[in-house]
Amino acid sequence: MSGQPLLEVENLRIDLDIGGTRFAAVQDVSFTINRGETMGLVGESGCGKSITALALIGLLRHPLKIGGGTIRFDGHEIQNLPASEMRGLRGSRIAMIFQEPMTALNPLSPVGRQIAEMFVLHKGASWKEAESLAVDALASVRVPAPERRVKDYPHQLSGGMRQRVMIAIALACGPDLLLADEPTTALDVTVQAEILDLIRELSAAKGTAVLMISHDLGLIANMCRRVGVMYAGKLVEERAAEDVFRSPSHPYTGGLVASLPLLGARARHGRKRLREISGVVPPVSAFPKGCRFNPRCHASTDRCRAEDPVVTALPDGGFVRCHYHE
Amino acid sequence: MEASYGAIIMNNPSADTILRVEDLAVHFPLGGGLFGGPRRYLHAVDGVDLELKQGECLGLVGESGCGKSTLALTILGLQEPTRGRIVLAGHEVSGDGMDRKARARIAQMVFQDPYSSLNPRQTVRRTLEAPLRLHGITTASEIDERITEMLGRVGLRPDHAERYPHEFSGGQRQRIGIARALILEPKIIILDEPVSALDVSIRAQIINLLLELKETLGLSYIMISHDLGVVEHMSDTVAVMYLGRIVETGGWQSIFTNPRHPYTRALISAIPDPFKRSRGDKITGEIPNPLDMPSGCGFHPRCPEARDICRVPPVPELEKIGASHFVRCRRVREIAAPDVPLATTG
Repeated sequence: MSGQPLLEVENLRIDLDIGGTRFAAVQDVSFTINRGETMGLVGESGCGKSITALALIGLLRHPLKIGGGTIRFDGHEIQNLPASEMRGLRGSRIAMIFQEPMTALNPLSPVGRQIAEMFVLHKGASWKEAESLAVDALASVRVPAPERRVKDYPHQLSGGMRQRVMIAIALACGPDLLLADEPTTALDVTVQAEILDLIRELSAAKGTAVLMISHDLGLIANMCRRVGVMYAGKLVEERAAEDVFRSPSHPYTGGLVASLPLLGARARHGRKRLREISGVVPPVSAFPKGCRFNPRCHASTDRCRAEDPVVTALPDGGFVRCHYHE
Repeated sequence: MEASYGAIIMNNPSADTILRVEDLAVHFPLGGGLFGGPRRYLHAVDGVDLELKQGECLGLVGESGCGKSTLALTILGLQEPTRGRIVLAGHEVSGDGMDRKARARIAQMVFQDPYSSLNPRQTVRRTLEAPLRLHGITTASEIDERITEMLGRVGLRPDHAERYPHEFSGGQRQRIGIARALILEPKIIILDEPVSALDVSIRAQIINLLLELKETLGLSYIMISHDLGVVEHMSDTVAVMYLGRIVETGGWQSIFTNPRHPYTRALISAIPDPFKRSRGDKITGEIPNPLDMPSGCGFHPRCPEARDICRVPPVPELEKIGASHFVRCRRVREIAAPDVPLATTG
């Protein structure tokens, strides 16, 4: 084990091709994740958080492609890896959990076989060995009666159970990095809480680093040590989780925190009118000039409209991309 | 034992009650019968009593399959109840008591998804004018006037009327959905997850708008939501449903600062706290198959407080434990008052 980070993303750019014109759907995104660390990416739909994860695992497909920057995983650049080598990495050392387990699982194959496949493909196990390993894997994600459940097809399982199967597949080969893209958005809150606990416990036990992606700022702050906030394809702020809520630095983050009806707020402070963020999230084809948040920002100036801010390091170790950070 | 919730609201119809639901049940038949063995029923809503006061917002909380959407559809007349009464603005509407059009003038609905709930081939004007025409308002000038006024109320411009849904953002579409619900000047609006399909940065706009409209137009809301932060912010009273029954109901403050049913507590503590890594009361397992209802208290298989007494029939009653606070739990008086893990700072 070396002191170098497990994952280093530098100036990642992802291009979206719309009718021959290329737009940068993700630009200047840089972050690192250390071994065993849990980091969060939070943002609204279209901010580029999910495609960032897809880029990390080599699953971008036309009309999306990596347009620049480097992704270093365990010291090796992987952004230009040939498909065959990427396949070796994907699933064994970098794994991913998707939002909707019903569409991510193969409906025609028993779940046990889908888990077993991981051991056959990546560990060279025989199907027989792999199927008994699959039972253990299901047991480790606390699916009751795993020896019977392995024979079930995805449609026979509830949403929570399907997401457990996804986690079992993702963690089967003991990956170094787990990408979790909205893993609980389709689930009820009590089931969400169980799945989050499971991800937290299993990643801690196996020393797996996790990149957790969600639109739910509260969930990300609860799960992660560090949080990156994305807006319109750029990382606008990266902070320790507790600082994002207590002292948000970017006006977008501050606006989001103030706009959320946080549980318990009314009981403590009475009902206050929620602070609104005016305007809407811009589409990729119409990202504004200068700071991408400027048309919606309550404090924007001519400088914000003309000049794209660079990142500024904050004394607490985080950074912010704003000319006039708070 | 004190009187049950149902008995109390049935015997005390107060003047400012705009909607009363009494012992409402919706059972869906599921095959069987004749030669297929005994006919089975899914009890989607199983004896619900509700009272909505003029000008208030009732938050309806529960996980998928708890019956909250079926309840909403039944109140709107889009689903036939198996038994029970619905009294809308003083009129009995269950069965053939009130025709669809009369009911539509009293209660309307705002749907969750502003993308699929608007007709993509109709301009906003056509969407808003159809209900007016159906209800006998046919003068062009009056239609114009009402549409312009309504667009203004929901924060849109008069020229937006000529546009199609795809020309609008999600937040604006939800404003159109709200305008459509309000155009007939109903008294009650059912909000089914009104902000959960919207971008996070847009939600505050719609929540603020809904609260303003409630104030200025004297509306009453039934809001279905799984987002407890939104429910706490908007509701005056809250009803928590589990497997077709209300398990706890009361003022928003009782529910959020003094929740007494173990399920309510579990729901609240399941919300990730941004300031703490751990969480409080955990429950495990999933909602049981409603076809195979647990005996006694429906929540006992997942309840951390369950004892033998909870597993035996009958179903516990909704019991009064505070001014207007009712809980359906046999052990409510034995379980210590909660130490609610609400977000501690902020």
